[in-house]
Amino acid sequence: MEDTGTVVAFWILAALTVGAALSVAAVRNLIHSVVLLIVSFAGVAGLYITLSADFIAVVQILIYIGAIAILLIFAIVLTPRAGRLNQEGFMLLPALALAVLVAGTMIFVAFDTSWAISERDGFEETATAIGDLLLDKYALPFEIASVLLLSAIIGAILLVRPEGAEEGPE
Amino acid sequence: MAIILSGEWYDLRDLANPIRELIDALGAPDAVDYVLWSLIAALAILIWLVVSVIAFIWIERRLVALMQNRKGPNRVGPAGLLQPIADAIKLLLKEAITTRDADRILFWLAPIIVFIPTIVVFAVVPFGESMVLADLNVGVLFLIAVAGIMTPAVFIAGWSSNNKYALLAAMRAIAMLISYELIQVLALLAAVLFIGSMNLQAFVSWQDEYNTWLIFILPLPVVAYVIAGAVEINRSPMDLSEAESELAAGYHTEYGGIKFGFFYQAEYMAGFAIAATVTTLFLGGWTLWGLEEWIPGWIIFLGKLYAVFFLYIWSRGTLPRLRIDQLMAFAWKFMLPLMLVNALVIAVEVVVWEETGASRNVALPAIGAVNATLAVILVIGWARVLGHGSGLQRGYRATLTREIGKIYYTGAEVS
Repeated sequence: MEDTGTVVAFWILAALTVGAALSVAAVRNLIHSVVLLIVSFAGVAGLYITLSADFIAVVQILIYIGAIAILLIFAIVLTPRAGRLNQEGFMLLPALALAVLVAGTMIFVAFDTSWAISERDGFEETATAIGDLLLDKYALPFEIASVLLLSAIIGAILLVRPEGAEEGPE
Repeated sequence: MAIILSGEWYDLRDLANPIRELIDALGAPDAVDYVLWSLIAALAILIWLVVSVIAFIWIERRLVALMQNRKGPNRVGPAGLLQPIADAIKLLLKEAITTRDADRILFWLAPIIVFIPTIVVFAVVPFGESMVLADLNVGVLFLIAVAGIMTPAVFIAGWSSNNKYALLAAMRAIAMLISYELIQVLALLAAVLFIGSMNLQAFVSWQDEYNTWLIFILPLPVVAYVIAGAVEINRSPMDLSEAESELAAGYHTEYGGIKFGFFYQAEYMAGFAIAATVTTLFLGGWTLWGLEEWIPGWIIFLGKLYAVFFLYIWSRGTLPRLRIDQLMAFAWKFMLPLMLVNALVIAVEVVVWEETGASRNVALPAIGAVNATLAVILVIGWARVLGHGSGLQRGYRATLTREIGKIYYTGAEVS
């Protein structure tokens, strides 16, 4: 974070990310929210790049913009009460209180913690290191996570499958 | 000039070198150099893309006309050469209509967002030995990730039109894109597993070093990637997200004028991006078994790229369109299992090669033969298992059609 380019990039990206994230909550239209959320995700990916975490940055775009945003879009489109204009809004005060509490906690933690700042330079290539760790030191959690996801997929199929559904022709 | 006369020979065949020399000659600080270099390279790529698209609009129309025994554009200019320019002028001059109920901001934004990923992809593609804008370590992943931005853009286009047909078409396009993105990822995963790197330049140098193309070693992923690419760029036989003869125009029904032109051009550029990916990853990129010593690498690269793109033109001119349920079934029931098995087999092969330490002259042909045989067995065998290709081709009605038919014609509740 020494050179000016990184600092400038950090502040621009930080402003973009936080601004977009705030607008997500402020905007009335749900689809606009999703689009702003995509901008926010992209900003986070940019922040990863300033940290020389290129693999995580690209994966952030791939997973969050390419998959999570689509999931949200599907969820909104398939929700009957989420109309085009999204006039409904309820439990505003409790939500606001909760949001303030969460934000307060996080800001407090951010300022209270004595962060360990690494003195080392950026990694040359992160993908290899991540791959080695995932398949070596953290092989078991990695496998457990994938089995969990697989069971979630099977569970989702089971849930949406009507009882006694006939077999497809193929 | 002075550089050449000074006796220091710089390889001018690689277009990046003279540009670098010119920038260095300015003597500006590093940051300015970097920005200048990026700008010039990006501009060069952009100009190349636009020129290619304009040229290929004419070439494609003439080629498809040739395949279908028509004449194609032949009025504007000699042999109709000026037709794409006339089309472009028409698109530019037409009124850019925004429908009354459209979501104005998103409606205006969608063509631009669609445009971005198709250009950004070329940042990591090596056109020559040093002609690469951003030599990323995670290049392959970057290709997939950037192509994934298309998906929300398509939805935004369909949704902001505020037209139920556009919205439905957008949902259909998203379903297709997501399904085939999976196939794409698995195909590229196989290649990355084999090479052991995600850097596109590493792919090229690997294929150069081993004197082979990856297509000979991994035939199945190449085929899968080309098919999945056809879905991504909306090309026949997978062009049902905007099947112009059946649907209005899919998710960009409401777009006219230059806004439509953006979608049209983005699709072409995405086509070049897919062709560039196939060229770099599977066809040796800018190398051609030593010929790159004599011919500039970027000419070889572009030659291969256009050859791959010709495949798409060819398929568009000859193949009939698939139905949506056929397309989805093909992705999930046919391609996905095959690609999973393929990835597993390639992982095993890589480990076996490493463990036995066989020489490359033995290992590569052996792996290639095994993979080719396996591809044929898997494709034919799995098709048999699914009930196709047994000689008795029975036509099934699509599940969806049957179910809807039940509701409409018999009034029966679908269980």
